[in-house]
Amino acid sequence: MTLAKLQEHHIVGAPVPRKEGRDKVTGAARYVDDMVLPGMLYGATVRSTIARGKIRKITYGPGIPWEEFVTVTAKDIPGKNCIALILDDQPCLAEETVNHPEEPTLLLAHADRHKLRKAVEAISIEYEPLPAVHTMAESEQQSTIIWGSDNIFKSYLIEKGDVEAVWKEAAYIVEGEYSTGAQEQLYIENNGVIASFDREKGVTVWGSLQCPYYVHKALMALCGLPEEKVRVVQMETGGAFGGKEEFPSMIAAHATLLAIKSGRPVKIVYDRMEDMAATTKRHPSRTRHRTAVGKDGKILGGEIEFTIDGGAYSTLSSVVLSRGTIHAGGPYYWPSVRIRAKAVATNSPPHGAFRGFGAPQSLFAMERHMDRIAQVVGTSPIEVRGRNFLKPGQTTTTQQTIREEIGLDHLLSRALKLSDYHAKKARFARENKYGVLKKGIGIAAFLHGAGFTGSGERYLNSLVGVQAGADGSVRVLVSSAEFGQGTNTVLCQIAAEALGLPYENVVIAQPDTTVVPNSGPTVASRTAMIVGKLVQSAAISIRQTLTKTGLLGDEYTPEQFRVACREYIAAHGPLKAYARYEAPADIYWDDEHYRGEAYAAFAWAVYVAEVTVDLATYSVTVDDFVALQEVGKVLHPVLAAGQITGGVAQAIGFALYEKVVWQNGRMVNNQMTNYIMPTSADLPPIRVFFEEIGNVHGAHGAKGIGELPMDGPAPAILNAVEDAIGVRFNSIPLLPEDLFEALSAQSLDSKASFSTREIR
Amino acid sequence: MRADPADYCLASPGSLLGVLSLLAAEPAQWLPIAGGTDVMVLYAAGKLPNRKLVNIWNIPELRQIEVFPDRIRVGAACTYTALRMHPIVSQEFPLLATAASWTGGIANQNRGTLGGNVANASPAADSLPALLVYDAELALISARGERQLPYRSFHIAYKQTALAPDELIRDISLPRRFSGYVSHARKVGARNAQAIAKVCLAALGRLANGTVQDVRLALGSVAPIPLRLVATERELLGEKIAPSLLETTRRSVTGEIHPIDDIRSTARYRAAVSGNLVVEFLEKLASEGENA
Repeated sequence: MTLAKLQEHHIVGAPVPRKEGRDKVTGAARYVDDMVLPGMLYGATVRSTIARGKIRKITYGPGIPWEEFVTVTAKDIPGKNCIALILDDQPCLAEETVNHPEEPTLLLAHADRHKLRKAVEAISIEYEPLPAVHTMAESEQQSTIIWGSDNIFKSYLIEKGDVEAVWKEAAYIVEGEYSTGAQEQLYIENNGVIASFDREKGVTVWGSLQCPYYVHKALMALCGLPEEKVRVVQMETGGAFGGKEEFPSMIAAHATLLAIKSGRPVKIVYDRMEDMAATTKRHPSRTRHRTAVGKDGKILGGEIEFTIDGGAYSTLSSVVLSRGTIHAGGPYYWPSVRIRAKAVATNSPPHGAFRGFGAPQSLFAMERHMDRIAQVVGTSPIEVRGRNFLKPGQTTTTQQTIREEIGLDHLLSRALKLSDYHAKKARFARENKYGVLKKGIGIAAFLHGAGFTGSGERYLNSLVGVQAGADGSVRVLVSSAEFGQGTNTVLCQIAAEALGLPYENVVIAQPDTTVVPNSGPTVASRTAMIVGKLVQSAAISIRQTLTKTGLLGDEYTPEQFRVACREYIAAHGPLKAYARYEAPADIYWDDEHYRGEAYAAFAWAVYVAEVTVDLATYSVTVDDFVALQEVGKVLHPVLAAGQITGGVAQAIGFALYEKVVWQNGRMVNNQMTNYIMPTSADLPPIRVFFEEIGNVHGAHGAKGIGELPMDGPAPAILNAVEDAIGVRFNSIPLLPEDLFEALSAQSLDSKASFSTREIR
Repeated sequence: MRADPADYCLASPGSLLGVLSLLAAEPAQWLPIAGGTDVMVLYAAGKLPNRKLVNIWNIPELRQIEVFPDRIRVGAACTYTALRMHPIVSQEFPLLATAASWTGGIANQNRGTLGGNVANASPAADSLPALLVYDAELALISARGERQLPYRSFHIAYKQTALAPDELIRDISLPRRFSGYVSHARKVGARNAQAIAKVCLAALGRLANGTVQDVRLALGSVAPIPLRLVATERELLGEKIAPSLLETTRRSVTGEIHPIDDIRSTARYRAAVSGNLVVEFLEKLASEGENA
């Protein structure tokens, strides 16, 4: 096959088979729980039973042969008792105090995993309870201080223009308060790791994880070991959604401590109940808007107050808050704005990374608020958005100038056409006069920034490698992990395209910190765009090395490439090329004032949801969903559509089904029978459409898409519910019981019965 | 799995006689296990109190559906899938076939059994309201002999039944006299599949000359046991279905049930939805009842 012919094929953009797809489908893929090492023990975690208190006494109860168990407490930690991340405030094991329920306090290991549960239950910890804080409001009151001096992990202030001046000019001042609940990631595979320790080689951890180098960093601090004495290997990972961004450092730390103490490999794999109760969830949020609007519905300026509940330790809250804060203004032009944001402490397990990372929370508020503005002004949800859309040349709330073509108007009108919005809206208004089924349609317009925020990518300083073997095969060396989203496939596509080789000739190395360089964490919708671009550069370097040494012409066949590689390696040794991230010159970011180029690229979207509200059961069903987005180049059409479909489904869960029931800081519905995620029987047809305008920073013009679909569905659905029944809901999840209570409060006013009255 | 398998013992005699002798030898010690869809959930959570399990999955006489001119007899270990597939069940007992389709997912339906659903005695069980309105009769068997018990007398209190410690449910009989009825089944769960009911309704009715000639209403998840709404039924008999009747019926339903707040829903919601579902049925009965 000639190069010219390959380019005709365009590996990038083609639906090639996913690299690990066959193994996953046939069951050959190896997850951490498939792995058994000789002499391996099983580990378990003894957790706190109260929200906050001092540990008084630990009793090992009767009836357990304790001499058979390996026991680890904070005293056994060789290095620092913390999970190193940003502020290093979270202990690996509670020592004197506990700050949330389910806080790890003591570790046990035994060769028979069935013996562990009874032993865990036989250990009782006596506490001197301390007052605990369970809501953001309580935390803000600061009458009980549970973290730092003010319960605030982090706060940001964004200021643009003169907000004080706009209130006088405003034709309308529109206020609203919006809130979102915690959400569990519900990856199929629970968190799990195996750790082993060898005095010579140090620590090795195999795990289900997103960010091998995060775990690497945490284990170095915990064990006081140099980097070459810590090895982290990512096993096939059954879903993550952010839930395996920071948490694996914790479970890896626990297995490592048990392995060091016992001298044997130790496996810890959580069951679903433990995973749901003890690991991270999406940050609950509250957003207050106060917006000055002109007569024509144009936003003149406003104040946004965005608060998230971080749980008991800071973990990633500052970064989640950052993204939520920057997205709080939506895809709209704000001549002036003041955004105050803070992440506060409560005594629940720390909330953490989850697809969208703060943006779904603040965008929910923005997009519900836009519908409210439309009502107050007396215009339509479509008009009010159209009048305020950001246009090229205008600046965002952080004063980032929009340089790319965005065409939000085009996205909006295409989405309306695809969903038959106007005709449906009119028909529903007519038909809703009769019967108990009320239909509605709602939209949301939004954006999602790809890559780390502001100067984040510069700090990450990612490094990527590509290696060619003597047999002409090519291996991509990245720490970017595959966990269902398609990393392996798109990075191999990019390398194959750059080298003019068939896709089958390129493979990806298993992420192993002794083999792959640190290409940064697999988060923030950054992999296809940032890491993809580096893979492309490294692959091009390989080709240039071969052409420069005269071993390869400008055009070649895979066979000629193979011969060139063989000859090069025989003469010069390994054929490897690396590419390091270089920040584009035009990216400027001021961390202190939160001003500048927040993201190298944004993806843009308009979603339309159609719902039925059943007034006999007070339930909401999403009947149809149109997801239209501009994401730059679509690298793989099937995987990209899959990302959007899955994200919309997960966001429908966020909006209408998934409620974490808290009791004194503990999740009490930590089972899939009681924490309700939607099934395929609950989902509408999700119709996915792309626009591909492109982006100068990503490989082949790609932008990040992984998180985008999490942002828009919830507000679109609640906008549709309001369209259906005329009742305003500003809090999610919106469950049938909430609808019932709101409607019965209304009906007490009007003394009407539900099934026969008209709500409109 | 939070349980230690070493703490449990499983016997599999392979014959009804063998099972009954175990139950007779140590009454209340042996827990019969068929599909395991309830038992294994408790086991996995480390909350299964019974340490001795006896397998009844491999007893052929418990797996049959027999059709007689006046009734069908469903072996206690017949699965939901078997019920869904059976032509007489789907034609003449649609409430039961529908309830079988609601239960769990396909895998649960392939393993879960009707007898297990009865014996487990959850007030939220999907199939039990259907058995109530169809006047099911249970055959209970032990080494001492066999007795018949109307299903409506089986549940005594929350998770308490009339089953003696040495007894096994052998089969569930349903009289074949409801094919002319209007039937209505509705489950309100937190999602459309794999959900435990917040409320579920099984209803049968027949009109003659515009008035209610027979009506049978049963609700799940609204009381400590699956509940037949006998008082509401009595009030409806002989009445014409009119808007005023719908409102009094709604009140009557609310008065007859005893829903609670729990992790799945609230008492207020359950009461309102129960009323709505019964009204929905009566509206259906009014529009279809004369033709039936």
